[in-house]
Amino acid sequence: MDLSAINPVLLIASLMVAATPLLLAAIGELVVEKSGVLNLGVEGMMITGAIAGFAVAVESGSPLLGFVAAAIAGAALSVLFAILTQFAQANQVASGLSLTLFGLGLSALLGQSYVGVKPPQMGDIHIPVLSDLPVVGPILFGHDIILYFGIVLTAAVWWVLKYSRLGLVLRAVGENHDAAHALGYKVLKIRLMAIMFGGACAGLGGAYISLIRVPQWTEGMTAGIGWIALALVVFASWKPWRALLGAYLFGGVTVVQLNLQAAGVAIPVEYLAMSPYLITIIVLVILSADKSSAPASLGRNFHASR
Amino acid sequence: MKLTNLLTSAAMALGLAAGAAMADTTKVGFVYVGPVGDGGWTYEHDQGRKAVEAEFGDQVETVYVENVAEGPDAERVMTQMALEGADLIFTTSFGYMDPTINVAKKFPNVKFEHATGYKRADNVSTYSARFYEGRAVQGTIAGHMTESNIVGYIGSYPIPEVVRGINSAYIHAKKVNPDVEFKIVWAFTWFDPAKEADAAKVLIEQGADVILQHTDSTAPQAAAQAAGNVITFGQASDMSEYGPKPRVSSIIDDWAPYYIARTKAVIDGNWESVDTWDGIGAGMVGIGEISDAVPADVKEAALAIKASIADGSYHPFTGPIKKQDGSDWLAEGETADDGTLAGMNFYVEGLDGDIPQ
Amino acid sequence: MIRLEKRPQPSRAWSMATPLVAVLATMLFGGLLFAALGKPPVEAIRTIFWEPLFGEFSFYYRPQLLVKGAPLVLIAIGLSLGFRAGIWNIGAEGQYIMGAIFGAGAGLAFYPLEAFYIFPIMVIAGAFGGWLWAMIPAVLKTRFGTNEILVSLMLVYVAEQFLASVSLGLLKNPEGFGFPGSRNLQSWDAAHNAELIAGTGMHWGVVAALIAVIFAYVLLNRHMTGYHIRLTGEAPRAAKFAGVNPTRLVLFCLGTSGALAGLAGMFEVSGPSGQISIDFNVGYGFTAIIVAFLGRLHPVGILLAGGLMALTYIGGDIAQSNLQLPAAAIQVFQGMLLFFLLAFDLLTNFRIAIGKPEVA
Repeated sequence: MDLSAINPVLLIASLMVAATPLLLAAIGELVVEKSGVLNLGVEGMMITGAIAGFAVAVESGSPLLGFVAAAIAGAALSVLFAILTQFAQANQVASGLSLTLFGLGLSALLGQSYVGVKPPQMGDIHIPVLSDLPVVGPILFGHDIILYFGIVLTAAVWWVLKYSRLGLVLRAVGENHDAAHALGYKVLKIRLMAIMFGGACAGLGGAYISLIRVPQWTEGMTAGIGWIALALVVFASWKPWRALLGAYLFGGVTVVQLNLQAAGVAIPVEYLAMSPYLITIIVLVILSADKSSAPASLGRNFHASR
Repeated sequence: MKLTNLLTSAAMALGLAAGAAMADTTKVGFVYVGPVGDGGWTYEHDQGRKAVEAEFGDQVETVYVENVAEGPDAERVMTQMALEGADLIFTTSFGYMDPTINVAKKFPNVKFEHATGYKRADNVSTYSARFYEGRAVQGTIAGHMTESNIVGYIGSYPIPEVVRGINSAYIHAKKVNPDVEFKIVWAFTWFDPAKEADAAKVLIEQGADVILQHTDSTAPQAAAQAAGNVITFGQASDMSEYGPKPRVSSIIDDWAPYYIARTKAVIDGNWESVDTWDGIGAGMVGIGEISDAVPADVKEAALAIKASIADGSYHPFTGPIKKQDGSDWLAEGETADDGTLAGMNFYVEGLDGDIPQ
Repeated sequence: MIRLEKRPQPSRAWSMATPLVAVLATMLFGGLLFAALGKPPVEAIRTIFWEPLFGEFSFYYRPQLLVKGAPLVLIAIGLSLGFRAGIWNIGAEGQYIMGAIFGAGAGLAFYPLEAFYIFPIMVIAGAFGGWLWAMIPAVLKTRFGTNEILVSLMLVYVAEQFLASVSLGLLKNPEGFGFPGSRNLQSWDAAHNAELIAGTGMHWGVVAALIAVIFAYVLLNRHMTGYHIRLTGEAPRAAKFAGVNPTRLVLFCLGTSGALAGLAGMFEVSGPSGQISIDFNVGYGFTAIIVAFLGRLHPVGILLAGGLMALTYIGGDIAQSNLQLPAAAIQVFQGMLLFFLLAFDLLTNFRIAIGKPEVA
């Protein structure tokens, strides 16, 4: 065993990269759930974003265009979910699961000709002086731009939810859609926007995996990250900053356990892999004392005639 | 009981009828555990299928079903292929072992070939590749090339196949570089690009400048490329898009020669149940081109090892070798028997850590 | 302007017709998809829907429909009870895994004894394993008010890791040359859930699924608990006044669905699948949620929906092999089918009205 082989600075830096797709997808889903909608199709939207982003990046040579395409693709797929649940009044759990199935199949079809292709590289930003600082440099100033975007997005969502009128309306819709409707808010329209935002974020998260974290395209490459993002939203008790913290924790569990293994520490891998989920359950129990955290209308459909 | 017989004979009769109707073409079925687009295990099997089509043209018809779960789904897909008149069926995952045996019982006239298993029957052959021979070549290159003397190894699951590869690579790295040290990380997955990328990064951060992988995606290659001065080896497929560096060579699963030979045997009517465990010599294990990033003398040494394994003059597990706990395994000049290799569940002396249980 | 008006009563005619409309729509759009991929659309659709039922080899595929459909129906029936009462167990996949592990584990403890009581013990252990796993979200919900959707979902991942762990450790076949996975229960008569009548596909899991359908039907239509379930789902406030004990209802619904999912896992591991392995679960627990909704949470509907799902799986594999359709295309096709089935259900509860809303 040689724990000194673990370089904490590099560990934190790579943990941030591992956490970013989770964070992006979770922030999107957080907004969706705040509006009272539970979309279990995150995995399907992520993988669709992963291939859309990859394909566009390869064809255009620009990773940034790829990310834009990924967001559009994720949002487009989420519109399907919105049509089903918001207009056709279908059950959200079943619709979300169907969306995942559909997205996995669709992405595999679209991606057939992209297996084994190398995407254009997205360079890390380099700020003179700052990026070269010891410790702080690699952790804070040596990443790709999307990683920073994720953090900025977290801050933006936090601000909007907490201080803006839009956030107030969104939360009102999520807490009690009948009352919100009675106050004259367009419940369906707001939820549609929230769902599309969630889809776009999930698409970005997927493209982060296929363009930066891995980077390559293979079928099913998101390998369950969308589901972890769902857990993360709950873990964060629907609060953006906690989602950031949780993403580092969840992403960190993998990176830390791999680090420990490499350092020769014998650890039961399966039990460590369970831990984020067990922690989430414990957090849920603790949170349940605080009734205000979960949106009250979560998972319930709204129809104006009621 | 009676009904089974009836059904079986009905199935056989139909199978025969179908066979008779298309006596000219031989139908070959492939059952895949992953998608053909996985770029690794299943992709290479599908390359083998395409090679069979290219070799025999109109003489054969190939069919495949991808993403078949191990268990009842596999059994159904195999039965379906047999019913539809397949003459030869390749089942390409270890978990298909019992389903293959079950279906083969019902269709004595159809030939089955099961990859990586150990159960055979009159109409079931098994085949596997001695990937550890390729690991010996990799280990030699790794031992020469490492400057930090730390080699990172990404394992999938702790099963004999993977343990064998680790031992073989270690023995040969140690032979050319006594100071070499292996850091082993178990990913507990065959395929999860994000996790594989993380594993590679972790190993690199902990000082490894050579990464060997037993998982199928190119994620570790990309991680090595991003890190700079690190070398890797392609796994399952050549991964030449990452050459000449970080990817300096590769182990390629080349099933084409075997698939062509077995299909030919069925066409010629001389197919027999066999247990094939082929390596570099027979061409089942391909060593991808060693790139220019490797110095000429190292390349020469690697090719010498490859040649001696190929012509059978050298066995990668030749004594003296001790087990990790210091007990004797192979005496001077003794070579490992296939039985021990097939069930290998111990590290050789010098490797650190325990195999997870 | 087009609006939706809620029907005073769900339309019976439409509830029968919508699945047909949905299947037809899927055939149309699926056919377009297949054509776009350069495959013969009519042939593909025929292969998926017709071949398993009436094709040349239907004598083999029909029993396979039972094998594939039984676990779906068994799990979906359990889930539908809770769904009707607004209790959302979406962790059936985890309960299925735990049922299989408990069932196989209880049996393997006796290996290699041949005794008549081993299989019944496994059945009980399997049901218990699923029940136990479902009791975690149930107790947390009744005790702390924790959201059962999320807890049951989290427990799926815990169960999957546990499955990997026992496949590589506790239940690993000692004679398996170090490969992961348990002994094969098919080759041990005392523990083998064999076909009851050979060649029919009819194993104990199929029997259990049929019993569950009848049980659920009787429960919902003839029994007080069933009445309470329906009342809680349709009018929670009225249920309170009618004296429904919500705690007991949560424990009952989650417990029953968990036990049935556990049973499904146990019958699968001891029968068609044969052994515990790392990838033993193939998503039946999640697919069953879709089956429950496709069946409109009605026992008979679930039976039909389970059959339909099984049909698309089996027909899809045939289409892959015979027409070389990629598996992904089949997946998209299934996704379409689900979308249409879910979307057209709208017509059961709503009327599409054109023009201005009437003044109420």
